[in-house]
Amino acid sequence: MSFWHQTLELARVDLTVERRLGETLRIIAPFALVALAIFPLAMGLRLTLVSEMGTAVFWAVGVLFGMQVGLRRSSSDDRERRDLHALLGVDPSARFAGRVLAGSLLTTIFLVVLFLAMTVLYGPELPESAVLGATLAIILAAVGLAELGTIAGEITWGLRDRTALASLIVAPLAIPLVIGGSQTLQAMAGDTGILPWVLLMITTDLALAVAGVALARPLEEATR
Amino acid sequence: MALLCSLRKVGVSLGGRRVLRDIDLALDAGQVLGVTGPNGSGKTTLIRAIATLVAVDRGGGMVLGAALGTDQVYEARRHIGLMGHRPTVILELTLHENLDHVARLTGIEPGRVSHALEVVGLGDAAAMRADRASHGMIRRLEVARLLLTKPRLLLLDEATHGLDSSARELVDALISRATTDGGGVVFVSHDVDRLSAACDDILRLDLGTMETSS
Repeated sequence: MSFWHQTLELARVDLTVERRLGETLRIIAPFALVALAIFPLAMGLRLTLVSEMGTAVFWAVGVLFGMQVGLRRSSSDDRERRDLHALLGVDPSARFAGRVLAGSLLTTIFLVVLFLAMTVLYGPELPESAVLGATLAIILAAVGLAELGTIAGEITWGLRDRTALASLIVAPLAIPLVIGGSQTLQAMAGDTGILPWVLLMITTDLALAVAGVALARPLEEATR
Repeated sequence: MALLCSLRKVGVSLGGRRVLRDIDLALDAGQVLGVTGPNGSGKTTLIRAIATLVAVDRGGGMVLGAALGTDQVYEARRHIGLMGHRPTVILELTLHENLDHVARLTGIEPGRVSHALEVVGLGDAAAMRADRASHGMIRRLEVARLLLTKPRLLLLDEATHGLDSSARELVDALISRATTDGGGVVFVSHDVDRLSAACDDILRLDLGTMETSS
């Protein structure tokens, strides 16, 4: 079976499992929405400050909870399932790509829900044209977070304290995505160019994709 | 007869502990090799080493023409079928979806999935989610997977444990088909009587060392 055939099949099954478990929308999203709602209270409900901080808070909460989407999916991979895929001849790169594809879709939905909630709760001043820039930034951030979560999940697979360790791996590597995402929205609000920030996110996504594909086989074999 | 698997002075360590030492074995096409021994003797590790799923750190060997520890094993793996003592199913999928997933990943005609489920007596339970199925049903599902994928090297680790007689007959049929098709079987069990009836040769492991071959 071709790489893409395997990738699509693995993504399809991941999404089917997620549809039945509902971890992203029923477990992660509610906590993220609560975190988003708490910030204005902590800022003393000063409306101007709340409005200015809206997009920054969105990216902070979005990245922190968004990385959990990828991590939770990879933590569901038990030894038996990994063995089964290995014995069926599944390419580890396709396993990485399938997981990233499903994770990107779920994280995009999650970030869109969070962004809409942010616009209601914080009322940021964004021009109508910001919708396109926000959509682009959210998709690029979602892809990067899914890649990071999948790579960190593979590196820490089989370790007892893997969740804590994986978060420590993901957080610093997510910085370019946070900067790129937040600056894209700020640039749109200030009517300046978004290209450098979009390019930063695209470069990060591509670098993570190359690393994920190149490391997929060695990581899978090393964690057996 | 073609040699499907051979191990020479193989040793395996897991977590700094030596689990297998100086294991020698050979499996020819058409042969069924039994492995028995007390709990913790290394039977499952031996099966996983033959499946190329655990690294061999001493000695060497060959599985389906691939030298252990080389990239050749990636191609060989797709011709190995493993039925371990923990189920290899995705619990959130139905029995049919589990088998369909295997078929899609390996390029098997999806229409054969329903037939395989019928053969193992799961035709009426195809829409049941795996996390609601009994141990016996999951075992039958794994037999269906192996019927579908037709591995050349069949590795059974306590495959008949907890199964009723009709399910055990399905495992027997699986063994029979593998050997008549020119494949080989390694069958791990505590049940020496059963091994004696089904196997051409039996290895006994104790504390990671091969004690006897009969």
